[in-house]
Amino acid sequence: MHEIPGAPERLQLSRRSLIKGAGIGAIGISAASALAACTGTTSGGGSTSGGGSLTFGSNASDAVPKKAYASFVSAFEKKSHDKVTTNTVDHNSFQDKINNYLQGSPDDAFTWFAGYRMQYYAKKGLVADISDVWDTIGSNYSDALKKASTGEDGKQYFVPNYNYPWGFFYRKSVWQAKGYQIPTTMDQLEALCKQMKGDGLIPIGFADKDAWPACGTFDYLNMRLNGYQFHMDLCAHKESWNQKKVGEVFNTWKILLPYQDPNALGMTWQEAAQKLGNKQSGMYLLGSFVTQQFTDPAVLADIDFFAFPAVAVEGQDAVEAPIDGLMLSKKGGQNKAARDMLAFMGTGKGQEAYFAVDKSNLMTAKDADISSYSAFNKKLAGVIADAKSISQFFDRDALPSMATNVLEPAMQNFIKSGKYDLANLEAQAKAQYAGQ
Amino acid sequence: MAVTPLETTAAAAGQGTRAPVRRRRLRQFTARDRVVLAIMVGIPTLIQLVLVWLPTLFSIGLSFVHWNGLDFSDMKPAGWSNYQYIFTQYTQFWPAVWHNILWLLFLGVIGTPLGLLLAVLLDQKIRGSRIYQSIFFVPVMLSLALIGIIWQLFYSQDNGLLNFLLGTAGKPNAVDWLGDSHINLWAAMVAATWRHAGYVMILYLAGLKSVDPSLREAASLDGANGRQTFLRVVFPAMKPTNIIIVVITIIESLRAFDVVYVINKGTNGLELLSVLVIQNLIGEGQVIGVGSALAVVLLLISLIPIVFYLSRTFRKDRLQ
Repeated sequence: MHEIPGAPERLQLSRRSLIKGAGIGAIGISAASALAACTGTTSGGGSTSGGGSLTFGSNASDAVPKKAYASFVSAFEKKSHDKVTTNTVDHNSFQDKINNYLQGSPDDAFTWFAGYRMQYYAKKGLVADISDVWDTIGSNYSDALKKASTGEDGKQYFVPNYNYPWGFFYRKSVWQAKGYQIPTTMDQLEALCKQMKGDGLIPIGFADKDAWPACGTFDYLNMRLNGYQFHMDLCAHKESWNQKKVGEVFNTWKILLPYQDPNALGMTWQEAAQKLGNKQSGMYLLGSFVTQQFTDPAVLADIDFFAFPAVAVEGQDAVEAPIDGLMLSKKGGQNKAARDMLAFMGTGKGQEAYFAVDKSNLMTAKDADISSYSAFNKKLAGVIADAKSISQFFDRDALPSMATNVLEPAMQNFIKSGKYDLANLEAQAKAQYAGQ
Repeated sequence: MAVTPLETTAAAAGQGTRAPVRRRRLRQFTARDRVVLAIMVGIPTLIQLVLVWLPTLFSIGLSFVHWNGLDFSDMKPAGWSNYQYIFTQYTQFWPAVWHNILWLLFLGVIGTPLGLLLAVLLDQKIRGSRIYQSIFFVPVMLSLALIGIIWQLFYSQDNGLLNFLLGTAGKPNAVDWLGDSHINLWAAMVAATWRHAGYVMILYLAGLKSVDPSLREAASLDGANGRQTFLRVVFPAMKPTNIIIVVITIIESLRAFDVVYVINKGTNGLELLSVLVIQNLIGEGQVIGVGSALAVVLLLISLIPIVFYLSRTFRKDRLQ
């Protein structure tokens, strides 16, 4: 385990104090002292930052991203002569503990995601405004990326490192042998699926044991049927779930359902990737991180990509391309070195240092040198560059608990039974968003 | 967990016999004894109070608010709405309750009797009894999370041992043991039983050893056959063990969590109350109010067997 040394105790303490504090009504005095203890812990942790040094909390616990961030950090240290202490935490634990982490004694800079997940903590005042950093790096990013880094108050809180598109991946050799054509409309997709099924393939590779991958299908269908803005508003619960438009998403999905892998609920995305690699499935809707699974260079070179077909509105304008990057904690906001590091992330040089190691993602800075891109990388980057609007992913665009507690189980049930209950989805959504 | 009921019995028994003569006894202690006793009893009580009872009370309090777990100012009173949400809208709640009940029935009807059977068989003077005991007891020493991982290797659809033995591995008709929501709960319960049976076996082996051999002798002199001896004499004589095992079975089925969490985080047919509590309380998507309300529901359900058990023990002590 890659735990921050000493962190668990502190986290637990603050949690306990919090729970204690919850009893304000019952035991006012003890709650007050608990609160005092809580703030004491927080300020105590701030002493580590000083001139020319910063701490960096990283969720990049997998081997390749971990090395890539190390490469970025050492490039920054070489350039600025600041000292960076990196604390790498297991990817999922980092996410699970983020609330306690940000309220306890967080590192100065930390890895995070764009979208609602960023805006939420910005609104709660737990992360630092870095608009001044954006004054220097702003011209290096597209407007879409700037928008994705901006909080609800119009200030910037996030510096993108890389992104990766979601779409259909397939093996060129299989498609050539069978003479399949890339579908650009829903009808063509359906016809292709039928043809593939006739050829004994699983038309659409699909895995949903972990419950989140199905969000990709939902997001694309919703954006293609109801438009990008509706999807965003639905994610933010500005639109009701209990309306025909949402029902339309599930009804259209029903057309695809017989062609998606019937064993989806028992498989992880990695297992489904193997099925694509073994030529058992014809195509696979996932993020481009799927290519990490193809360790055989021959297979990797045989993988190609096409965007989700147009369905009703806006053609193929919207693309789902989650952005990962860096943020500053509230405490890190006062650290000059931490700001410098985020500014460095916003330069081509910084992103190249990362990309040199982790090639499954795409650089986001305009002045990044893309001469090392493969033809495949260029294609993926082209899809994002051409997109009129970029969504993140349901669990990044919406309240995380809406994804994990409500939509994901509902989709699993839909995959099993083909049934959905919009009134219930709306009622649950109300309860989830009321808690925030 | 297993130790708790035993400890409680011992503590309760001690207290029960002491109670009527407390006054005279206390005087026999020196002042120093009393200080030592006060410290030895007081500190654990205090720890218990701070770490168990206060959080319990806070959980009950939190179940009546809407809160995201971030700032106290974000806390809004919710009345009974969290409970209303759980009982009427939360689609996973009633399946979870049903799964917990199934879990209890499965352990009660299959797991526990299996453990008893193993104990009875191994209690016979067969060769290598120790070796068999060790084999059946090994799973008890593994954590349930590890058991979940081990059984995933058996159950995996394409590469699993089970489908391989059935000759269906890699074929389209291979049973999807963990992905099919009609089967996966049973698969998980079998994995849990694998461990539970060993546990029950050890407890019953101890119980069987404690049965006075003269009872068996008397039974056989009276002409009872083996089955009669066991059912009419030995089994009733193990009443204390039986009660402990009933309580353990109930507790095990209420706190079942690790196996399903390792398999798929307790989704898609593997929902359990404990999983729902965690899902709502831990992680980015914290819904503290709902999670606390679920925890309170689970607490109330758990109180039933605990109250039953404690009232039995106390009543018995008083009779003595």
